[in-house]
Amino acid sequence: MSPRRTEQGGRIDRARTIRFTFDGAAYSGHPGDTLASALLANGVSLFGRSFKYHRPRGVLAAGVDEPNALVTILRGEAREPNIPATMVEIHDGLVAESQNRFPSLSWDVSAVNQLAGPLISGGFYYKTFMGPIIGPLKGTRFWMVCERFIRRAAGLGRAGTVPDKARYERMNAFCDVLVVGAGPAGLTAAKAAAEKGARVILADLEPRLGGSANWSGEVIDGKPAAEWAAAAVNDLRAVDNVRLLPRTTVWGYYDGNTLAALERVSDHKQHPAKGEPRHRQWTIRAKTVVLATGALERPLVFPGNDRPGVMLAGAAERYANEFGVLPGQKVAVFTNNDSAYRAAHALKQAGAAIVAIIDVRADISADMLDFAGKAETEMLPGHAVVAAEGGRKLTGIKVQRFDAASGTVSGEPRSVAVDCLLMSGGWSPAIHLASQAGAKAEWNEALQAFLPPKPTQKWTGAGAFTGAFSTDEAIEQGHAAGLAACSAGRDHFDAPAIEAAPGAPGSEPVFEIQVTGKSFVDFQHDVTAEDVRLAHREGFVSVEHLKRYTTLGMATDQGKTSNVPGLAIMAAALGKAIPQVGTTRFRPPYSAVSIGSLAGERHGDLKPERLTPMHDWHIANGATMYSAGLWWRPQIYGHAGETVEQAYVRETKGTRGTAGIVDVSTLGKIAVQGPDAAELLDRVYTNMFSTLAVGKARYGLMLREDGLAFDDGTTWRLGEQDFLMTTTTANAGKVMQHLEYFLDVIWPELKVTITSVTDQWAGAAIGGPNARAILAACVEGTAVDNAALPFMGIVHGEIGGVPVMICRLSFSGEMAFEVYCGADWGTHVWETLMEVGKPFGLVPYGLEALGTMRIEKGHVTGAEIDGRTTARDLHLDWMLSKKKPFVGSAMMDREGLVAADRLQLVGIVSLDNRPLNGGAHIVEQLDEENPHGSIGHITACCYSPSLGKYIALALVEGGKARHGSRAFTSDPLRGRFGPVEIVSHHFFDPEGSRMHG
Amino acid sequence: MAEYSALALLKNAFNGNKDWKPAWRKPQPKASYDVIVVGGGGHGLATAYYLAKEHGITNVAVLEKGWLGSGNVGRNTVTVRSNYLLPPNTRFYEYSMKLWENLSHDLNYNVMFSQRGVLNLAHSPAQFDDYARRGNAMRHQGADSELMTPAEIKRLMPAIDISGNARFPIYGGLMQPRAGTARHDAVAWGYARGADRRGVDIVENCEVTGFLRDGDRIVGVSTSRGEIRAKKVAVAVAGSTGRVMQLAGIDRLPIESHVLQAFVTESLKPFLDTVVTFGMGHCYINQSDKGGLVYGGDIDGYNSYAQRGNLPIVEDVMAEMLAMFPSLSGVRLLRSWGGVCDMSMDGSPVIAKGPLPGMYLNCGWCYGGFKATPASGFCFAHTIARDEPHDLNAAFTLDRFRRGILIDEKGQGATPRLH
Amino acid sequence: MLITCPYCGPRDLSEFTYQGDGNRQRPAPNSQDLDAWNAYVYDRQNPAGDHNEIWQHSGGCRIHIRVVRNTLTHAISSAVPVRGHHGGKA
Repeated sequence: MSPRRTEQGGRIDRARTIRFTFDGAAYSGHPGDTLASALLANGVSLFGRSFKYHRPRGVLAAGVDEPNALVTILRGEAREPNIPATMVEIHDGLVAESQNRFPSLSWDVSAVNQLAGPLISGGFYYKTFMGPIIGPLKGTRFWMVCERFIRRAAGLGRAGTVPDKARYERMNAFCDVLVVGAGPAGLTAAKAAAEKGARVILADLEPRLGGSANWSGEVIDGKPAAEWAAAAVNDLRAVDNVRLLPRTTVWGYYDGNTLAALERVSDHKQHPAKGEPRHRQWTIRAKTVVLATGALERPLVFPGNDRPGVMLAGAAERYANEFGVLPGQKVAVFTNNDSAYRAAHALKQAGAAIVAIIDVRADISADMLDFAGKAETEMLPGHAVVAAEGGRKLTGIKVQRFDAASGTVSGEPRSVAVDCLLMSGGWSPAIHLASQAGAKAEWNEALQAFLPPKPTQKWTGAGAFTGAFSTDEAIEQGHAAGLAACSAGRDHFDAPAIEAAPGAPGSEPVFEIQVTGKSFVDFQHDVTAEDVRLAHREGFVSVEHLKRYTTLGMATDQGKTSNVPGLAIMAAALGKAIPQVGTTRFRPPYSAVSIGSLAGERHGDLKPERLTPMHDWHIANGATMYSAGLWWRPQIYGHAGETVEQAYVRETKGTRGTAGIVDVSTLGKIAVQGPDAAELLDRVYTNMFSTLAVGKARYGLMLREDGLAFDDGTTWRLGEQDFLMTTTTANAGKVMQHLEYFLDVIWPELKVTITSVTDQWAGAAIGGPNARAILAACVEGTAVDNAALPFMGIVHGEIGGVPVMICRLSFSGEMAFEVYCGADWGTHVWETLMEVGKPFGLVPYGLEALGTMRIEKGHVTGAEIDGRTTARDLHLDWMLSKKKPFVGSAMMDREGLVAADRLQLVGIVSLDNRPLNGGAHIVEQLDEENPHGSIGHITACCYSPSLGKYIALALVEGGKARHGSRAFTSDPLRGRFGPVEIVSHHFFDPEGSRMHG
Repeated sequence: MAEYSALALLKNAFNGNKDWKPAWRKPQPKASYDVIVVGGGGHGLATAYYLAKEHGITNVAVLEKGWLGSGNVGRNTVTVRSNYLLPPNTRFYEYSMKLWENLSHDLNYNVMFSQRGVLNLAHSPAQFDDYARRGNAMRHQGADSELMTPAEIKRLMPAIDISGNARFPIYGGLMQPRAGTARHDAVAWGYARGADRRGVDIVENCEVTGFLRDGDRIVGVSTSRGEIRAKKVAVAVAGSTGRVMQLAGIDRLPIESHVLQAFVTESLKPFLDTVVTFGMGHCYINQSDKGGLVYGGDIDGYNSYAQRGNLPIVEDVMAEMLAMFPSLSGVRLLRSWGGVCDMSMDGSPVIAKGPLPGMYLNCGWCYGGFKATPASGFCFAHTIARDEPHDLNAAFTLDRFRRGILIDEKGQGATPRLH
Repeated sequence: MLITCPYCGPRDLSEFTYQGDGNRQRPAPNSQDLDAWNAYVYDRQNPAGDHNEIWQHSGGCRIHIRVVRNTLTHAISSAVPVRGHHGGKA
């Protein structure tokens, strides 16, 4: 038995021993222990170092509000930094280490920072480090040198650099009533709602449900409160309509009563079950929420209040009663309210000596005096602690007479030897979720606390959350809230009998004992009461300025303990009431949430992959795949030893020489059907579609409402009222939404149905001098000659026994055909074409060759239709019908869109026979040292096998007027400069003789 | 008021820090001013500062509804860069960068501008070319930029995943070495102190409730602290532009207000020196001097003045962050918050005279407001003082939408949620 | 945020695409009134309060919904199909 473990009591399993390590040293504890309770039981008092002064720190709290005892948990190479030791359940093999110290927790060289205290007071860094105005350290350099050291000194734990293999998952849940907090109020609320048949979720951030019942030492219904709670939990577990979520922090209250919760599923297990996630992120849509989140105890602010061994009274009570651990043997209590007396009593019962109770109040109630008597302690009413002394361990305190009304001390200080000081500065309801949900909290003078605001979403409150600090009130309120949450009326309620310690709620409005010394408000960030007053002197007096100037409340505990004391000290400096200084609006999360849990299953698998029906064939046939949005597409089908350029040149030559085939399944495909289908197309395309004959296709251009080019593609008229529209791969979704918007919102009178059929069709484009012969050799059921299948004609037939639809259109500039079939038959048709095409020299080609051929032809894609170009810029003005209005027609002629100096599409030829670069700029005068005077940029480039030159498409100011003129490519990023000629974008076969055949 | 310096710090340290004075006065507003700047955020304060410094106009009041810097200057993710594609933007933001580089000296206030570099990751050759176009555009406008290979990126940030196994492998990146981060609140406070030292009245808790008019002309404002008249009234209230301009009878503008969320993790020891952005989606991340990873993503995508967002974007941003740094899954999100952005119809701002006589408007900053602060104040002050725009903001007119002279960095047209 | 799709019931925000201000009036297709077009394409009321706006249930039935939502609180007071509810005012 360790020196600090009590003889008996506590909700730990003393029969089993757990072994773990902290900073490499082996320790043991019991199931039910947290890392904090187990280390305390082992006599450890030093847990961490503070952020700025690197002061030694122990444990202040017992739960989620812990600011000091932060550790890093190691799981193999994965690191989880900044975890409060109070929230870590120990298990065999647990490895934890302390943080923010060098070389060790006991001997930390940065502790020297304490000596510089007054120099590095709040906001000091704004006033210095500007450095010299001239010389090598001018500008930002001096600051950046200093900053390097500051960054190294700052920070807490260290993050890992090795990918975390743990699994995280997300879960959606729906319920009638979500109860947050499983203390007496929450348990009662859940029970009441469940009995009315409501679907209930009860979540609590602790592993052991029951909340204060686990440590209050009260008696409920004749049973110890902890047993009453355990029985209540069992009852709830037994019914189908209740889901219990222990170890689950409800951390966010979002719109529409959507709440976010983090369940720590397997952190407490040495060996998680196979497939078991580490964390589970719950998105809970609750019809109603019962907030029973309890209250958080506040520290008192006095010199040395951060010494290891100074602890919140409620936390000490919890260590004694719930964990069977004594935080000290010789204990003093310092309080401004009644609640700490119960803690004193609990520690006394657990075996500690209570040396003194120091109360800032002069008048103590008889009940409390009685309590003090039972604790066999010296009562010091109207006194205050003016110093806590010791280094890595508390050795004693100094006590002085104190007048609460004036806040002044008097008389001689008296020393008291103690190894533990409990303090209580009153309680703050945990109103964070209610604040997140919308409204502002209200200050209650009697309770000296901010109480929850009026609900702006659907929630009710119960228990200490509402300021009802006694257990009987909590249970009464919990019952009422549970019923209200499921819209049941009040019914008869046999409230359990409760034997509780006496004590009045509320505290004396004493937050600080203002005497000389470092008195901490925000423990982790080392914000002292003097820092708050300095902020006041410098005019940073609003609550937000206070926070931002001193960093008060910005630490990992988010000001759970420091918020109200900080406000109170500022209010005193201003001579104002606390609510006049302002209230902080709490923001998600209530307590820190692992990033992995928020990414859920997307950790390691960010987005879905889209594969065409012929994907496996491409892979099997040597394709290098290329990520295009969500799609994977073949870039080249490289041969051994080939460069990318060699491969696409071979593929292009093959296509232009004999025949080539490319997978075009990714093109967006939209079925446009109905009596007004042609009318819709006339309205959304710049050109006419109602005149298109059945069995023919037409190239179409769409503009946005603002008159700029949007998308292009061919649309096929399959029947009088039946069109198949194709879009670019990138814009498939946007075009679909564009059409749906117009049909639903602007033109509901049109009788048209549109359906995305992108995934239903597999498509292959086959082109080249032998393309028609290949089709003739394998297509059955239709002729494919010029009469049956003229340019832009459509036929239906079969390939390899599979129905296909063939349209004769060309992107490559060759005589070419797009062959579509059902997606499931894509590979079959593709393989048939490859087989039949072999003797004809058919080669598969990828995106590079596709791009090369389109550049040679001067066709545009997303690189040119980039959302900033007009139809005229792209020389597509021939497609702008003058016979009808269309989307964009009214706006496309605005002055800025017809200006002569706009960027226009041109062709570029490299005059030094060296490759051009995508993203290079074009200049009239070359200046390699000081590039300037860009007149445009290259959008796409390639080696053109047909021309034997390096060519490019570009957008250049004044475009067409520059045809035939000399310019330069200027690519300082890659050091590529050289002469080019600006030419027409129609590089190859401008008459189209090849595709017309 | 005393100069800030290491010496002053030392002197005061021996004095128990009792002698520090307020960083700016808390004056009662006067009955009239030469110029009223509505909005005590970064841009409004910078405008007042440059009115005094560059144009000698010191009879100026900055009116702030709440506490100074309570808008977006105190809510952003602190990135300063000039890596823009389109010349009007590149020029403007590059000028801003030059002001940033000397800002701490200029203000005698350490705004902690740290030129730690901003890196945009590219995930395909096409995206790499796109970034090359942007980087070259920057170089042709006198800004710095470099392309980086995956190996160079890995050296810079060891935790980044450059394995080809990633869903979106990293193909390279565009780096602007002179870009970086600054301490956002310090920018507001530094400008406030600087303007105050030159005689500008900074009036907090003074909400503008209406505009005083003489016929068409704006001649002052009514406020929660009384009427204040002025020869010129300048509005710099990005995030609340719609609300404030409605008080002047302008009930429609080419602006939507959207909420943008931002996030910070718990403090960590140095993990990431550079600002880095993910290219397949939208996520940007840097590490503050305190050690927290500060990051964000897209706007939520619906009109909002609520300064708080919802979960879908939270989850998207976290997933993208882990796609870059898969070791961070156990690191914890500490705090999230929301700011309201003026999303303009082409993604670029407005700094212009008008739309009413006597009025000047600065708005539409979308995501870009923080880095713009110095140049925005500088140009707005010029526009107010001279009644004509500076060359740098000549393109940022309000009528460019009607005229089709758009500055559409992302090419998304009049869909603010996509800018 | 939950939006109640008139066909699918309450659904999460992530299923919807925002299509903006529902008060905008598209001029007649052949209108040459550039002011009216400018107002339709670029100008927004952008109120702080109830906002008449259009959402598409893009991750569901894909209809467009006219929603009245408060931009200060995000509270939704009405959600009806756009078809049959034209020109609705906030």
